[in-house]
Amino acid sequence: MTHIKVNVDGTAYEDDVEPRLLLAHYLRDRLGLTGTPIGCDTSNCGACTVDLDGTTVKSCSVLAVQADGGEVTTVQGLAKDGEWTALQHSFHERHGLQCGYCTPGMIMAARDLLRENPHPTSDEVRQALEGNLCRCTGYQNIVRAVLAASGQQVAEEAPA
Amino acid sequence: MIPPAFEYARPTSVDEAVRALADAGEEGKVLAGGQSLLPLLRLRLAFPELVVDVGRIPELRGVREDGDTLVIGALTTHHDVIRDPLVRRHAGLLAAATATVADPAVRHRGTLGGSLAHADPAGDLPAVVLALDGELVAAGPHGRRTIPARDFFVDYLQSALAPDELLVEVRVPKRDGWSFHYEKFHRTAQAWAIVGVAALVRRADGHIAEAHIGLTNMGATPLRATAAEEALSGADGPQAVARAAEAAAEGTRPSQDLSASPEYREHLARVLTKRAVLTATGMG
Amino acid sequence: MTDQAVQHVEHEVGRARLRKEDAHLITGQTNWTDNIQVAGLLHLAVLRSPMAHARITRVDVSPALERPGVVAAFAGADLAEGLGSLPCAWPVTEDIVLPDHPPIAVDEVRYAGDPVAVVVARDRYAAADALEAVEVDYDPLPPVLDLESALAEGAPLVHSDKGTNRCYTWPLATGESFESVRQRAEVTLKRRYHQQRLIPNAMEPRAVVVTPLAASGEYTVYSATQIPHILRVMLAVVTGIPEHKLRVIAPDVGGGFGSKLQVYGEEALALAVARKLGRPVKWTESRSEGYLATHHGRGMIQDVEVAATREGRLLGLKVGLLADMGAYLMLVTPGIPILGAFMYPAIYKMDAYEFTCTGVFTTRTPTDAYRGAGRPEATFAIERVMDELAAELGLDPVELRRRNWIRHEEFPYTSIAGLTYDSGNYEAATEKALALFGYDDLRAEQRERSERGDTVRLGIGVSTYTEMCGLAPSRVLRDLRYAAGGWEAASIRMLPTGKVEVVTGTSPHGQGHETCWSQIAADVLGVPFEDVEVLHGDTKASPQGMDTYGSRSLAVGGEAVHRAATRVVDKARKVAAHLLEASEQDLEFRDGVFSVKGSPEARKSIQEIAFETFTSHDLPDGVEPSINAETLVEPENFSYPHGTHLCAVEVDTETGATHIRSYVCVDDVGRVVNPTIVEGQVHGGVAQGIAQALYEEAVYDDEGNLVSGTMADYLVPSAADLPDFVTDRTETPAASNSMGVKGVGEAGTIASTPAVVNAVVDALRPLGVHDVRMPCTPERVWRAVKEASA
Repeated sequence: MTHIKVNVDGTAYEDDVEPRLLLAHYLRDRLGLTGTPIGCDTSNCGACTVDLDGTTVKSCSVLAVQADGGEVTTVQGLAKDGEWTALQHSFHERHGLQCGYCTPGMIMAARDLLRENPHPTSDEVRQALEGNLCRCTGYQNIVRAVLAASGQQVAEEAPA
Repeated sequence: MIPPAFEYARPTSVDEAVRALADAGEEGKVLAGGQSLLPLLRLRLAFPELVVDVGRIPELRGVREDGDTLVIGALTTHHDVIRDPLVRRHAGLLAAATATVADPAVRHRGTLGGSLAHADPAGDLPAVVLALDGELVAAGPHGRRTIPARDFFVDYLQSALAPDELLVEVRVPKRDGWSFHYEKFHRTAQAWAIVGVAALVRRADGHIAEAHIGLTNMGATPLRATAAEEALSGADGPQAVARAAEAAAEGTRPSQDLSASPEYREHLARVLTKRAVLTATGMG
Repeated sequence: MTDQAVQHVEHEVGRARLRKEDAHLITGQTNWTDNIQVAGLLHLAVLRSPMAHARITRVDVSPALERPGVVAAFAGADLAEGLGSLPCAWPVTEDIVLPDHPPIAVDEVRYAGDPVAVVVARDRYAAADALEAVEVDYDPLPPVLDLESALAEGAPLVHSDKGTNRCYTWPLATGESFESVRQRAEVTLKRRYHQQRLIPNAMEPRAVVVTPLAASGEYTVYSATQIPHILRVMLAVVTGIPEHKLRVIAPDVGGGFGSKLQVYGEEALALAVARKLGRPVKWTESRSEGYLATHHGRGMIQDVEVAATREGRLLGLKVGLLADMGAYLMLVTPGIPILGAFMYPAIYKMDAYEFTCTGVFTTRTPTDAYRGAGRPEATFAIERVMDELAAELGLDPVELRRRNWIRHEEFPYTSIAGLTYDSGNYEAATEKALALFGYDDLRAEQRERSERGDTVRLGIGVSTYTEMCGLAPSRVLRDLRYAAGGWEAASIRMLPTGKVEVVTGTSPHGQGHETCWSQIAADVLGVPFEDVEVLHGDTKASPQGMDTYGSRSLAVGGEAVHRAATRVVDKARKVAAHLLEASEQDLEFRDGVFSVKGSPEARKSIQEIAFETFTSHDLPDGVEPSINAETLVEPENFSYPHGTHLCAVEVDTETGATHIRSYVCVDDVGRVVNPTIVEGQVHGGVAQGIAQALYEEAVYDDEGNLVSGTMADYLVPSAADLPDFVTDRTETPAASNSMGVKGVGEAGTIASTPAVVNAVVDALRPLGVHDVRMPCTPERVWRAVKEASA
């Protein structure tokens, strides 16, 4: 067992963990932070994307011990006092989710993009989300949602 | 899905890391960013007894100059390599190729040293460091040694590192004024390269004076397309480049897998070498 | 409450309402099955056969029991008692070969991934470790992989006791005989197409949690399923646990696409283990485990022959299928190709149609429904062969379709396959699509590129599809030998405070039923959208239902909500008449308010009536104290969405790489409840169809191992691999339900695959290429070009 201290969504935790424990399982099974789901075992799908010390990581491909001393932000830590972030709003308003399983990872990845590139083009959004798979939306409304959250004009979606 | 159990060490210095690896013998594994190792563990394709997490050794991180050489710490992440001004200035090929590796989240964790030590011929960076005539510095119980990239990649997933050695830095000669391009051919954005071609070209008087061509996924190790390199020397236009690129697959032994046959890979090596050189030189 | 109701004047149906479902999903307050934690929960892990086909000669689980944290371990034989065969609900012919399908293998494994032992431990890590300690000896048997040779005399058998790998042969012949039209045909074409195996890849892996209440013998099963109601019935049959002691809950379910339309071995195993141990049990598949354990889709060889006149009039169509069942028949495995049987003639008129499907057992993961289920395969074959025929006749492919399709004034039209298409307007959808696409300009560019010998060619693909959805009239299902009906249930509870609970038998997993059913109920009842809550996915809350698959939910389940709400209004009208001291005939009902004709001040809202009914102080004699209503809707016909999809693909003839330059679709899904949701369904469907055309394939090696066994090898496209889609609609209401709706879940997938492949082939046709097998990988495209020029 290895002793770790991790701050997750503003709360400090200390735990003894097996070194092999994946950060994703630490969040889900130990801390009960089930907002971060797991969708694959090869780090392809990105559903488990969280923020670790200011950049996105796939929490299924990081050991909890690697996050020792770190700060983790999950999708559950985004809204402050019940107030959604711009990205959360735009995913809702642009119908950027259907089943919602990829959504936490998509939102975290999009948040990372907008931090580095506040006004991305549509192609840049698509490239930035290359590590996050969605099976429902065909991605178009996700791209629209990210562009809208960046304050850009987005073509209207549904024909009347 | 779930890694097998292992012992864990988190050294804070290179010496400490090397000692830990030496104690573990054949059963130790280095964990840097974990982007190659963790999927292997999760699929239970590797069963190390000891994982040595070198992620907290600050001296392994960062980029510096050493005369005509650029020195990149093994633990420098892909994300940092892509954005590093020194790398962009002196080894633009490396920055460009690194930008095609996996996806942003993986690039945040994955490291240059990890990608090279993993020695996957389908990885993008081994062929690039080979094309750059890079050198890899390994620290072991008896001190440090420098291994030229051409000697580093021994076989499929096998580097020249001894089990008790840690890759600490990557040294590449500055290539100011050389033009470059990494042409990656893959089926989806996230997929491994079917074939990748790293082209590094020096031009003089309107023709190609010297060309380095690194090939990704054209054999058990990354390769240099030496025949094409020779043929490219003196090439003065698109036709000449295309003719020279016909030699790109000479001496390669590409594998058969889900995404391609050897024959197709050889064909791609030729086409992509032509395109990489034309793009690099702006001749196209 | 009164004020709100009175102010409600907007129509909900047709409105782009934002989804009610989103709030918890975008904030991480989700309830996926794997999230569920209960006291004393044990984790189940399944050991799977590494071989495609073998006799099990020994299983020893005792070493696993020695591992830390392990509570129990079982071999197949330990669980055989009390576990019946997994069900196949669609034995398509009388003489179908129905092999026994134990949830866990006892003496023989028949695909790589077949369960052989289970371990139960205190956490998932301990369970995974202990799995490696289980000892199994196998005696290898020959794999059965090739559909044609599997049928040959003396072929190795998947089920040796059955004496054959032929599962069934299902014929259909309508109109004239194909032979007779072939004789008078001026042109005949024969083509073979391969529908590769696909892995559905719902983003949420499957999971199941069983919590037993030992004292009363009751069990709650949480499962990532599309079909909680069917699952309950079937688990009762498989495990012998009385149905009324089983409660099945589908919590948040992260996509299905048919893959969760199933009764899986792990669901039965978790239940059996929970029963044996008296402890709650959880099983969650990893993605790579799911690639073996969750059913696959497609997997067919299609032989298609078409007969036509020189002018391009279709005379007849003959289709012969070999369909890969995999190792066992799962819930609707044999029926999938049969669903397609009726769709091969598509929107075209012809005189003869012959269809035969032979189901074949192989030593691979079983196949079953995957988005579209039989209909994408059918649409692919006919739309591909129409393009081939157009090329043969020197006609524009759109023009050939125009010469053969059913004209809008001909509806209702009974197709050669015997389906009565109630409505449609293929001309309108096609004209709109052609205009949006810029068809003529793209054709000009294509010619220009071809003439100058550009290495990057442009191809244009068209697909004018229809589909049958809204499954399904129960009598038709009977005739097809499907074991259940096709009705759907809904009930509406008017709560004392005026709020409304809609209980539906559909079981959404991303579709947005909570939003759409709220819109429907709000409109009929005239109550605010926000006052409606939709309950689903729990057999205790929603005791009756046929669940969600086959684009059936809106046309059948939505219709049920509509009818139940109408009944509520009818019941409320009686109470309103009494309270307003008027006759029912003198009442008007508008925007949720009853008023007396001619005296608008006399009014009662339906929400007020809900309260009056609750107190029951002043109800008319003989009227029960409830305006709640429930209904089961039996659909009178399938519904038939249609549309025209156009795709422009650039093909790099040097590398074989393809690039979708533009994609336009005009779909007619009838009346639209929520245009935003419809558009989203089309986007996702098109993406999956493109994925089949260009990227995805479950590849097996010669030993029967799944080679594309992880998400790193099976290429699900990302945002970076797909284009923007241009979507538009025409709206021809369905005639078979009161709302005029058709369904949209599968349309995009059905339409897009042939549009893309037609475009790829169209780009290469001047080079002599007539087909590229799916997925159209760069190497396949390159080889096609190379072979054509050789």
